[in-house]
Amino acid sequence: MIGAALGALMSFWRARPLQLFTLLAGLALATALWSGVQAINAEARASYAAASATLGGDSLERIVDRAGGTLAQADYIALRRGGWLVSPVVEGRLNGVRLAGIDPLTAPQGPTEAGAGDLWGFIGGRGQIIGRADTLRNLPQEGPELVEQHSMAPGLAIADIGQAQRLLGLEGRISYLVVLPGQPLRQVPLAEIAPGLELTAARPATDLARLTDSFHLNLTAFGLLAFAVGIFIVHGAVGLAFEQRRALVRTLRALGLPLGALIGLLAGELLVLSLLAGGMGVALGYLIAAALLPDVAATLRGLYGADLTGQLQIRPVWWLSGLGMAVGGAALASAGALWRLARLPFLAGGQRRAWALAGQRALRRQFALAIGLLGLAAILALRGSGLLAGFGLLAALMLGAALLLPVVLGWLLRGCERLASAPVAQWFWADSRQQLPGLSLALMALMLAMAANTGVSTMVSSFRLTFAGFLDQRLMAELYVDAATPAEADRVRDYVTPRVDAVLPLMAAQTMLAGGPGELRGMVDHASFRDNWQFLAALPDAWDRLHSGRGVMVSEQLARRADLWLGDVLGVEGTALPVVAVVGDYGNPVGQAIVTASLFASLHPEAPPHRLALRLPPGEVPGLVDALVRDLGISRDRLTDQAALKAYSMGVFERTFAVTGALNLLTLAVAGFAMLMSLLTLAALRLPQLAPVWALGLTRARLGRLELLRAVLLAGLVTLLAVPLGLALAWVLLAVVNVEAFGWRLPMHLFPADYAWLAGLALVAAALAAWWPARRLARTRPADLLRVFANER
Amino acid sequence: MLLAVTDLHKSFPGADAPVRVLRGVSLQLEAGQTMALTGESGSGKSTLLHLIGGLDRPDAGQIVLDGLHVETLSDRGRAALRRDRVGVVFQQFNLIPSHSVGANIAFQARLAGRHDADWCAALARRLGLEAHLAAYPEQLSGGQQQRVAIARTLAARPALVLADEPTGNLDETTAEAVLDAMLSLVTETGAALLVVTHSAQVAGRMQRRAVLRGGVIA
Repeated sequence: MIGAALGALMSFWRARPLQLFTLLAGLALATALWSGVQAINAEARASYAAASATLGGDSLERIVDRAGGTLAQADYIALRRGGWLVSPVVEGRLNGVRLAGIDPLTAPQGPTEAGAGDLWGFIGGRGQIIGRADTLRNLPQEGPELVEQHSMAPGLAIADIGQAQRLLGLEGRISYLVVLPGQPLRQVPLAEIAPGLELTAARPATDLARLTDSFHLNLTAFGLLAFAVGIFIVHGAVGLAFEQRRALVRTLRALGLPLGALIGLLAGELLVLSLLAGGMGVALGYLIAAALLPDVAATLRGLYGADLTGQLQIRPVWWLSGLGMAVGGAALASAGALWRLARLPFLAGGQRRAWALAGQRALRRQFALAIGLLGLAAILALRGSGLLAGFGLLAALMLGAALLLPVVLGWLLRGCERLASAPVAQWFWADSRQQLPGLSLALMALMLAMAANTGVSTMVSSFRLTFAGFLDQRLMAELYVDAATPAEADRVRDYVTPRVDAVLPLMAAQTMLAGGPGELRGMVDHASFRDNWQFLAALPDAWDRLHSGRGVMVSEQLARRADLWLGDVLGVEGTALPVVAVVGDYGNPVGQAIVTASLFASLHPEAPPHRLALRLPPGEVPGLVDALVRDLGISRDRLTDQAALKAYSMGVFERTFAVTGALNLLTLAVAGFAMLMSLLTLAALRLPQLAPVWALGLTRARLGRLELLRAVLLAGLVTLLAVPLGLALAWVLLAVVNVEAFGWRLPMHLFPADYAWLAGLALVAAALAAWWPARRLARTRPADLLRVFANER
Repeated sequence: MLLAVTDLHKSFPGADAPVRVLRGVSLQLEAGQTMALTGESGSGKSTLLHLIGGLDRPDAGQIVLDGLHVETLSDRGRAALRRDRVGVVFQQFNLIPSHSVGANIAFQARLAGRHDADWCAALARRLGLEAHLAAYPEQLSGGQQQRVAIARTLAARPALVLADEPTGNLDETTAEAVLDAMLSLVTETGAALLVVTHSAQVAGRMQRRAVLRGGVIA
C-alpha cells in the first residue's frame, strides 16, 4: 500500500519536472549561500585557533615595554635572575610572513610540540624555520633550513630567537616576554628590575576571533538573509505542490490510505528531496567559498593581521550544518502545508483552490502580524539593550516588513487602478493585484535581497568612507619611524630635524582608565593635529583646553564604556581632567585617553617616544627613507610610508567590496531565480485570467509585453520599499548591533548612486526573470488559449 | 451578407498524422439572423466558431465578415476584429476574474471605444445583474456568470455574436432564462447570432440550423 501510494505521489513530480527543479534549486541555492559563508567562517576560526595553539602565548600573561617598543635582552636576563619564569619572543614581518622567534628551552610550546624536527636541528647548525609549505614559499630559501609543518597557523613561521632577531634586524631585542605558569612565590618586583616594563593581562585565545567578529557577523547576516530568500522559494514550490495534489490526496484517502501514513510519506518525500538539494547546496557552497576565500583572507589579513590560508578544507561541521539547514529549511517551509493537510476535512480535499490565494481574512491576519512585528522592532529600537535585542530588532524589522509587503503593494496597485482611465490600464493594475498572492513570496524574497544589499552596502561603504577619513586624520604625517630603542629614536630625531618640516613624537603607554585597561597617549601641539583631526563631539576650544592641560580627549570606546561625555571628569593616573572631545578610534578594542605631551611626560617619564611622525613634502619621502636606511641602519620594516599605507588600506577595502559585491550579486540572482520560477509556475495558472482578455481583442504579443512590464513595475515598487528598509537595516547594524558588539558607532552615510545602481540591477533581474514566461505567453498557441473555454478543460 | 465562409479547412497536429477537422466548410449568415451549428463531439463546431471569430487561423479557405477577409488578417488585425465587430460567449471561464461585474460588462465596449453607460446599465437591469455589479465573478453562480458574459458581449454592440455552448454548463431552468435573454437582446440590437450547441432545444430556438459532419456542413 505504502509503495503504491508513494508511486502515486512521486508521479506528480515526474509530470512536473520544472516544479521539481524549482524546489531543488531553491533549496540548493539557499543552502549554498549559507554553507559557503559558513565554510569561510569555519576556515577563519580554525586559522585563529591554530595561531593561538602554535604560540600558546596569547593565553598567558606578558611583560611588554610600557611605551610600546621592544625590550632589551638585558631586561630578560635581569628578570630571570629576579626569579621570573619568562620566555622571550621576538616578532616581526619578513616578506609578509609573521616570523616569531622563540627560545625552545623556555617556551610554553616549543618546536617539538609544534610537531617538527628535533631540538638540536632547531637551534643548532643552520637552524630551522618551521611553517606551512605556502608560508615557507615566501621566505628566503638560503639561510636556515625550511621545515614544513601543516599544523602551523597560516602565515606564521617560527624560528629560534637568535635566528629570528638576525632575520628581522632586531639583534639583542625582544618583542615581549611570556610569563610562564607556576611562578615562584618570591620574586623581585617587576618595577624594581625594569621600571619601563609592565605586566599585561592574559589575552583570551579568541582575541583575534573577537576582533574579526564584525567581519564574520556581516558575512553570517548575509548568509542568513540569502538562506531566508531561498526558503521563500521553497515555501512557494512546496505550497504549490501541495495545493495541486489535493485531488490526489483525497483519492488516496478514499482508497484507504490513513492520514498518518500520508503525512509520513509526504514528510519522507520532503526529507529525501531536502537531503538531495542540501547535498547539491553544500557542494555549490564549497565552490562559492573557494572562490571568495582568497578575497576574504586578504581582507582579514589587511584589516586585522589575521592570516588565513586562502585554501579551503572540507570540514564536517559546515558540511553537516549545511545539510541540517537544508532539512530544517524544508521543514520550516512545508510545516504550514503539512499542518493544513493534516487538518483538511476529508471531502474538501479534492476541491482545487487557487494557489496561495490568501483570502481577505488571511491577509488581515498577515497585516496584523506585520504591524505587531514592526511595533516590536520599534520598542526594541527605543528601549532594547544588548546584542540579543539588536538581533531581535533586525529579525522583527525584516520579517515584519516582508509580511507587510503584499498588503502595501495591494494598496499601491489599487491606487494605480483608481487613477487609470483606459480599460487596458485598469485591467493591467487589477490583474497585477490579483497576481500578488501568487507572486508575493518571490517579491518578499526580492525585497529581502534588495534590503540586505542596500543595508550591507551602506554599512561597508560607510565603513570605508569613515575609515578613509580616519586614516587621513590619523596618518597625517608623510612618514612614520618606529624606533627600536629610545636612543635610536633620539638619533633619528637629530638626523631628520634639519631635513623635514616637523618631527612629531608619538607617545603611548598602557594604563588603567575609568577602571579598565586602556591606553594613554601624549600629543604635542601642532597644526597637523589641529587641522586634520575631527571629533565626534567637542567643546569649541577643545585643542586650547587640551594643550593648556585643562582637558582630556577620549576615544568613543572609552566614552561609551565609562559613559564619559563632554564636561565629565576622567581621572588620568591621579589627575582629574574634564573631557573636552570624543574621537573616533575605529577597530581598536581598547579605550584611549589623549593628554598634552607635557602631562604625558610627567606621568610616564620612563616611556620616551619610540614613534616619530615626520612631516615633509611627499616627493621627498623615498629619499629620506633611503637615507635613514643607509646612514642610520634603520630597518625598512620600521619605516612606514603614509601613501603606501593608505593605498594598502584602501586596497583592503576594495577586496572587502569584492566579497560583499559577489554576495550581493548572488543574493540578487537567487531572488531573480525565485521570481522566474514563480512566474513560470504561475504561467499555466494564468491562462484562465488571460484568455478572456485575449479573446476580447488584446494580442498575445501585447499580453506578453504587459507581463514583462508588470514584473518590472512590481520589482520597481518593491525596490522603492526595499531601499528605505535597507537603510533601516544599515542603521540597525551601525547604530545598534555594532555598538552593542564592539563599543563604537560608525557614522552612517548615504550612497544614492549605489542604490540607483542596485535598483537598476533589480529591474534587470526582474526583466530577465519575466522575459522567458512573457515570451512563452506571446507564443502560446491560440488552441491552448481556447482550451481554457472548453468543457473538457 | 454579414458572413460568408467558403471552403474552409483546418487541421491540428495528431499523434501520427495531422487530424483534419474541417474539410471544406461553407456557410453564409445574414445580418440579424440567428443560426444553430450542431454536430457530434469533435466534429469541428467550436473550431469553426473560433476561425470565424478570428481566434485562430484557417489552413485554407475564406472567411468574409462584414466585408473583411478574416483569413488574411495579422494577429493585430484579428485582435481588432474581436474587439470591434465580434462578440464571443464561451461555455465557461468567460470573465475577467480581477474585474467586478460592472467592469466586466463595460470592458469590451470600452476597448472598442463604444462605451455607453446607460446601455450597460440597461443590460445589467434586463439580465438581472443590477444587485451584483460590485461583485466579482468567483462570487456568482454559473448562470449569473453567463449573463454577465452576454451583457459584456452586447454592450459593445457587435455585428456578430458567436456563442459556444452558452448554456452547456447550466441547469435546464437557468439555461432557458439565459437563452431567452440572449435571443431577445440580440434581436433588439440587430446583431447576427451563431450558436454552437448540442442541445436540440437551443437549436430549435434559432432561425436556421446547420449540421457539421465529417468536416463539412451536411
